[in-house]
Amino acid sequence: MKTSLAALFCGIVFGLGLAISEMINPARVIGFLDITGQWDLTLALVMGSALAFTVIGFPLITKKAHPILAEKFTLPTKKTLDTPLITGAVLFGVGWGLAGLCPGPAIAGLASLNPDIFLFVAAMIVGQFIGIRVEKTIA
Amino acid sequence: MIEPNIVGGLIGGSLIGISSLAMLLLLGRITGISGILTGVITLNKQDGLPWRAAFIGGLIFGAVLYQFFFNRALPIEMQASGPLLILAGLLVGVGTRLGSGCTSGHGVCGIARRSPRSIASTATFMAVAVITVFVTRHLLS
Repeated sequence: MKTSLAALFCGIVFGLGLAISEMINPARVIGFLDITGQWDLTLALVMGSALAFTVIGFPLITKKAHPILAEKFTLPTKKTLDTPLITGAVLFGVGWGLAGLCPGPAIAGLASLNPDIFLFVAAMIVGQFIGIRVEKTIA
Repeated sequence: MIEPNIVGGLIGGSLIGISSLAMLLLLGRITGISGILTGVITLNKQDGLPWRAAFIGGLIFGAVLYQFFFNRALPIEMQASGPLLILAGLLVGVGTRLGSGCTSGHGVCGIARRSPRSIASTATFMAVAVITVFVTRHLLS
């Protein structure tokens, strides 16, 4: 219960951040990616300011024995640069560049009730299921 | 150059950073939205379905709150539609699954952990997205 409330609160803050920074707007994202067009640096400011917090805060937090509401930290364990990692990043990059939407802004954007966002999120969910299938075949 | 949203970008980015810090401090988890979503759509009860669903719900609710606080619609200008939008969604879904993360998990959290995988992933998807935009907006149009 406490972990769900905490996650709900964090989700709200994250969603507000995506809306206030306008990263929820595909035009802003494409504007950043379009480096030979009318370049929009907003996305760089967003990532830079988010990283200013995480780069400083993450090492301090993980020094603690355990998180406040859980017994241990659950962090990614894979260390090697493998083919799925890079293949996945390439596919994601193409999709991101085509629509200007990545998972966070797409999900938060559902709040607009824009049918196109629902279409994108539905396709993204189908894509994740396909990805899970592919992972099982190559594992 | 388009007018950048400097104030909104800095405040919004800070909120994203603070949210990610709070998730690590409270739950001990990386705020990777594609991964959190996978846990929800697969209804994985072994791996924290309630907090994952709560976070996803909060993400949407945060965007709802924005509309109330600022008394305006969410700024959304779609850049693709129809089959192209579906293709993009499929690619984002498959890619984030195979590649173990997206802009939040690799870009904001992974880089902060100095994870070589996240740095390689972020550099790759950024470069590929820039090339994709160049090809679709300048070469093909």
